[in-house]
Amino acid sequence: MDIGLAHYLFVAAALFTIGCFGIFANAKNVIIILMSIELILLSVNVNLVAFSAFLQNIEGQIFAMLVLTVAAAEAAVGLAILVTYFRNRGNIAVEDINQMRG
Amino acid sequence: MIGPAQDLAFSLPHFGPELVLVGFALSAAVIGAWGGERSFRPLSFLGIVALLVAGGWAIVARPDAPVAIFQGVLVVDGVGVFAKALIAFAAAATLALGSDYFGAAKDRRFEYPVLVVLAALGMFVMVSSQDLISLYVGVELQSLCAYVLAAWRRDDSRSSEAGLKYFVLSALASGLLLYGASFVYGFTGSVRFDAIAEAVAQGQGGVGLLFGLVLMLCALGFKMSAAPFHMWTPDVYEGAPTPVTAFFAAAPKVAAVALMARILYDPFIALESQWLQVVVALSAISMVWGSFGALMQTSLKRLMAYSSIANMGFALMGLVAGADAGPGAALIYLALYLPATIGVFALIMSMRRAGEPVETIADLAGLARKRPWMATLYTMLLFSLAGIPPFAGFIGKLVVFQAAVAADLAWLAVVGGIAAVVAAGYYLRILASIWFSPAAEPLSPASSTVMTMASAAALLSFPILIVALGAIERWAAWAIARSF
Repeated sequence: MDIGLAHYLFVAAALFTIGCFGIFANAKNVIIILMSIELILLSVNVNLVAFSAFLQNIEGQIFAMLVLTVAAAEAAVGLAILVTYFRNRGNIAVEDINQMRG
Repeated sequence: MIGPAQDLAFSLPHFGPELVLVGFALSAAVIGAWGGERSFRPLSFLGIVALLVAGGWAIVARPDAPVAIFQGVLVVDGVGVFAKALIAFAAAATLALGSDYFGAAKDRRFEYPVLVVLAALGMFVMVSSQDLISLYVGVELQSLCAYVLAAWRRDDSRSSEAGLKYFVLSALASGLLLYGASFVYGFTGSVRFDAIAEAVAQGQGGVGLLFGLVLMLCALGFKMSAAPFHMWTPDVYEGAPTPVTAFFAAAPKVAAVALMARILYDPFIALESQWLQVVVALSAISMVWGSFGALMQTSLKRLMAYSSIANMGFALMGLVAGADAGPGAALIYLALYLPATIGVFALIMSMRRAGEPVETIADLAGLARKRPWMATLYTMLLFSLAGIPPFAGFIGKLVVFQAAVAADLAWLAVVGGIAAVVAAGYYLRILASIWFSPAAEPLSPASSTVMTMASAAALLSFPILIVALGAIERWAAWAIARSF
């Protein structure tokens, strides 16, 4: 069986969906949310590289490189914020992030 | 096709405003590393100067026709120049507020001016982006700085909770933006706006392209806090330190609206009948939700969060009116909205009782008897936000209502009118507390910086801006004539 563009897009869509569910359907741990965000960004990269190969066009791969770089910066900032949050509150359970509401 | 070296030599002078900001941010990071807390005030001052120089440079060096730089990755054009001037002005004003607030709170970390200027740089890139990659990098530079600023008071659990919520939801929005961008790239074959516009005009793309465009619009709606993507706004506004909240309420909104105007009216203009529904829905839901959501709030910062959601609805109403009138109406609305919102946040920032910050409407009770000038400033600024004539906010609403009616969307203007009346209700609730309630414990006196800035904002809302309104409309018309 030939593996074509549609297969890659399907894998990316599955990763993206799992990432979204990981953010919304998870009430345990903020670290899992950070992992889900990485999953979403990686699904985008699968998309970009698949389109790039399909279109014989290098722009998508350049885009993917930049996404990787920014994703690393984003994870660093996210973890730093998580550390300050943990110091203040003593836990990182998602259901406890509710000091402000209304 | 010119070579890379000539292109660089041609592009760098047009990139001057951004280079000023880069130069300040990098050298300030080094100076701050040596100077520590002592360098907070000098660096804040230099940051304000750098932002004003960058904004002024953008205005002075404005081109007569769009100039594509760096091989078409960025463009210098009218909408970009207009938005950059507003962003630089708003960022400088909020940096001045922050310098005052953190200086008094003995929280003098030099990274504050560095991050504000870097966020402004990200917004400059956003509003001048001409391909999907520079768009994404600009949005992320702005967002990453904003996450850190929201969590700025790292020993305060509300501030770090605000930072965490903002980070998670905004990172999800960035993911949507990217996923949408990857579809736009895949179905048009390029990340460049001019190539995308060509492909869209030829009818390429189909459902995949539409899917990508809608995802991108949702993500941008999130970044400008348009309902139904506003859920982060009240919590982040409440938890973040007040000068940071003032920053969030001003500069990023301009950048997001200008960026939305750019992608809608440049690469995706041929799909107008499709995206119009999305923008109209965002606008109507934001106006209604922002106005009704604020009714029950007691915290001034949460109330201002809903107020900014409603105001984004009005700005988006301006956007729907077609390439000639639409972006101009949105820009005029934002130009008139900025001074009032920054002024109100300056006054909220100054609310202290015995050294502790307070922020509920009840804390303002009887302010008119103790501090009549402050009460007058509140009145003028809130009248402007509520859109009561003859204040500037009324003109802004008039302009976007006219734009909606001209676009055959009179029902949207009616929704906006109802929302504006409801919104006036909660602004008047604050004013009733200030003027007619029995006096609470008096607030501590505001600093001279706050009073100067709030007075300047009130003057800009009325009456000077009425005189200058013709000028603003001319500038907006000029900007639109030299774009897209």
